[in-house]
Amino acid sequence: MIINHPLLGPRDSQEFTYLGDASLIDRPDWQAENAVDQFHDYLYLRDNPAGSHRELWFHETGDRSWLVVTRDTTTHEITAVELARDVARARGRSK
Amino acid sequence: MSQINRLNGGQIDTSRSLTFRFDGTRYQGHPGDTLASALMANGVRLMGRSFKYHRPRGVLTSGSEEPNALVELRSGARQEPNTRATTAELFDGLEARSQNRFPSLKFDAMAINDRFSNFLTAGFYYKTFMWPAAFWEKLYEPIIRKAAGLGSLSLQDDPDEYDKGFLHCDLLIVGAGPSGLAAALTAGRSGARVILADEDFAFGGRLNSETFSLGEDAAAEWVARTLAELNALPNVRCMIRTTVIGAFDHGICGAVERVSDHLPVPAPGKPRQILWRIYAKRTLLCAGAIERPIAFENNDRPGIMLAGAMRAYVNRWAATPAQKVAVFTNNDDGHRTAVDLIAKGVNVAAVIDPRPDAPRVADCELLAGAQVTDTSGRLGLKFIEVQLADGSERTIECGALGVSGGWNPNVHMTCHQRGRPVWDAGIAAFVPGDDGPAGLTVAGAADGAFSTHAALTTGASQAAASLEQLGIAAKPVDLPAAEDTPVNLKPFWYVKGGKGRAWLDQQNDVTVKDVKLAHQENFRSVEHLKRYTTLGMATDQGKTSNMGGLAIMAELAGKSIPEVGTTIFRPPYTPVAMGALGGRSRGKHFHPVRETPSHKWATEQGAVFVETGNWLRAQWFPKPGETEWRQSVDREVRAVRGSVGVCDVTTLGKIDVQGTDAAQFLNKVYANAFAKLAVGKTRYGLMLREDGIAMDDGTTARLAEDHFVMTTTTANAVGVYRHLEFVHQCLCPDMDVQLISTTEAWAQYAVAGPNSRKLLQKIVDPEFDISNEGFEFMACREITVCGGLRARLFRISFSGELAYEIAVPTRYGDALIRRLMTAGAEFDVVAYGTEALGVMRIEKGHAAGNELNGTTTALNLGMGRMVSKKKDAIGSTLSEREGLNRDDALALVGFKPQDSSAKVTAGGHLMELGTPVDASHNQGYVTSACYSPILNSSIGIGFLKDGANRMGETLRLVSPLTGSEVQVDVVSAHFVDPKGDRLRA
Repeated sequence: MIINHPLLGPRDSQEFTYLGDASLIDRPDWQAENAVDQFHDYLYLRDNPAGSHRELWFHETGDRSWLVVTRDTTTHEITAVELARDVARARGRSK
Repeated sequence: MSQINRLNGGQIDTSRSLTFRFDGTRYQGHPGDTLASALMANGVRLMGRSFKYHRPRGVLTSGSEEPNALVELRSGARQEPNTRATTAELFDGLEARSQNRFPSLKFDAMAINDRFSNFLTAGFYYKTFMWPAAFWEKLYEPIIRKAAGLGSLSLQDDPDEYDKGFLHCDLLIVGAGPSGLAAALTAGRSGARVILADEDFAFGGRLNSETFSLGEDAAAEWVARTLAELNALPNVRCMIRTTVIGAFDHGICGAVERVSDHLPVPAPGKPRQILWRIYAKRTLLCAGAIERPIAFENNDRPGIMLAGAMRAYVNRWAATPAQKVAVFTNNDDGHRTAVDLIAKGVNVAAVIDPRPDAPRVADCELLAGAQVTDTSGRLGLKFIEVQLADGSERTIECGALGVSGGWNPNVHMTCHQRGRPVWDAGIAAFVPGDDGPAGLTVAGAADGAFSTHAALTTGASQAAASLEQLGIAAKPVDLPAAEDTPVNLKPFWYVKGGKGRAWLDQQNDVTVKDVKLAHQENFRSVEHLKRYTTLGMATDQGKTSNMGGLAIMAELAGKSIPEVGTTIFRPPYTPVAMGALGGRSRGKHFHPVRETPSHKWATEQGAVFVETGNWLRAQWFPKPGETEWRQSVDREVRAVRGSVGVCDVTTLGKIDVQGTDAAQFLNKVYANAFAKLAVGKTRYGLMLREDGIAMDDGTTARLAEDHFVMTTTTANAVGVYRHLEFVHQCLCPDMDVQLISTTEAWAQYAVAGPNSRKLLQKIVDPEFDISNEGFEFMACREITVCGGLRARLFRISFSGELAYEIAVPTRYGDALIRRLMTAGAEFDVVAYGTEALGVMRIEKGHAAGNELNGTTTALNLGMGRMVSKKKDAIGSTLSEREGLNRDDALALVGFKPQDSSAKVTAGGHLMELGTPVDASHNQGYVTSACYSPILNSSIGIGFLKDGANRMGETLRLVSPLTGSEVQVDVVSAHFVDPKGDRLRA
């Protein structure tokens, strides 16, 4: 596969390490009342779509960016590649 | 021996002769020959024995789809099994041997299987060798493997090199027949970057095997002219002997270039083969079509082959399989074989065509409405039995029979992304569907456009269409006029009636009857049919046989062929040598090793190394007279605890953490508190996974307010770094923190033992006070040593002794260890390896990889209270889960055998006295064990249920695997200096 890195252009997927569902960005608030339940859902409950899937890839042998790659799990077609940092900020994450 | 079946003409160079051997007999051929064509020219029809029944077999095809003529090429280390004689290019001195026969090809004792064929039908193995299960591995499998098989391996290292390469292009054209050449011409002239690849050793595809003219010229002239133009274009790369093996994601194709297979030995510096990864923006499949046979009784005798192949042998290689031949065809194309053979002076006895209205094309007898019902000839065809239109029988003498059941578009690559071919009733074959790999289109015969005219025009137009999508304008090229004969065939898959066997898949010895049996036993889906009968498996993947099987299954099921469907093809298109897949990654290049800066020094000391991760680490340093590893390790441990020792710890992961939020960041990734760590101090840190399980540990030093140096375990250095970047970029993107791995930037040594300070004081520059007061336990400082060399000093201890770790820039690592050893001579300093390191950390009860094994929590490790509940750290929330905090949770404790001579074994499980040894009574397990030369006893540490409250209890340590059982006492894991006085001294 080829991943179109937002900063570096098209790169072979061999340069990357796969992590999984990009929902890992949405880490719950540790002080919430039901924090344990929220963390349980965050960590263990994942969708397994046949189709479009947003997932985290790490450019390990490249610039060490974490990317959010939108990939169709049935065709491997990649429709979007974003810096995970930008996605995280857009999801309200800061420090 | 004379080439009795050699004709005139052809694309062979008869001015030169090549000598080769087949099963020890010398023959002659010519440049341009394949092994198969040369054998044929020499009158050899028998080339192999079949897989299961050891039936005599000859060539069926003239290309890579060959199921029968598989041979072993070369000898010694270059021996290569299962090579298709039809693609092996002849060279002088070539040695080939037939396979799967004993003692000889002409008399094969295993042909007895053929007599028992009634028992060896589809599913035979499944039905017969089911039980007893224990017999499978020891008895059944070896026997079956010996009897049924292909070639043998040399079992020697391959002396040749294989390479990998990477190519990029706008348009990859797969196949250089008429459509591929027209496409390459169109794309090449447009300026696009083009790769034209063909598996053959001559470009031209089917044009090489036909007698067509293109425009005014013979096809060969047009091919030569086109190639000359393509070769002159700098933007076109023509790759001969290159098989495109698969279409992978995003336009990436794999290709194997056989650089040296046609030579006895590769030229100096040249690889045998290259595995190319081709990044193609568009791919045009021009792979042509593959002819399919008709099944009839005893249709597998040497001499019976596909009609198109017979034509190819005669036209391209000037070799005829026999002096008198016949043709059996259900379509007009088969008649061309008769025409071409007659033109070459071969006697064509008859053309047998089951169609009552078969056209009269060739100048020989035409038996319309007739079919071949049986054949005879033990090691090669002698007679065919023909049932004429009026029902009467006739025997025809002939040494070869060309068979054509029509042609199948070569859709292989269109299926590589699960695309499904669709049925085209006009040609009675599957053609590519529109769900092929993205960016891949098809032209010519591969797309069902069978005439030469159609191949040329679709090749050109599809190339232009592909380029248009890339914004590249391609002008139409002048294409020569070419034959445009329509396909005219009547589907005819097998001859009905008769009691003998009609072969569908000659590679796997699958007959029409086997398909019927599969149907009868309800293996009716095409996928089940394939697996039950093995139809379409092995090296040829059913390129010539699948269609016949599907047609018969459809007939039996009372369905149409498209309703029954087809199996699809997977990469690779043809078998790929393991050597090509491995490339240069063999031997020491398979798995690179990392050496520390003092590796050379350690080698000089005679160190015994162990691989940890990719690192080579010194395990111990044997001294003269030490004959057993324990002697060295015990000596090293005693020397460290008695005076001082030095250990290379460079391999630990080192991560530089800088930024105004660095402390806050570490607070997030470590379970214990880090924000308030003072500058100039080091702290042990435990890192958890988000699920609360321990991930890694190490020490982190604060060199400045905004500068920390983290260490990780050797094994987890890469994973921890990745995790830190995840936390930073995905969870805390606005934290001002920068991370960089400095593992390879610093050489680091542990200096441990009561005299370690005295030793260091000899090399640390005098302006730095490293006395106990000036540099207390867990202190860290940037210093200089040996007169100005910058270094980092950490007062940390893994051994439990007064100890330090000192780091210098990598290039000074070798010099530093030599200096330490020289300076330490007065203290009898020793170098110690990972074994002594391990013994001392077990004696001290420090957890390591065996304890942080992916199942243990901070609580298990005795560090439950370290997990701060006042902050949000990775893993802190879920480590509060009830299940991880049971009263009887595993706790890290020590074990001593009651009998001091007994051995504690790591991996053993703990049972109470008098309970059965089973999982339900399991109390825990031992993770690390060693012989302690300090305690003069074997000791271990491990996890025990509610361990902290069971000190003094006696348990059984059992290992059902090794049958050992030892009684052990539960003790504190801190065997040596439990209060930590020594490390604070």
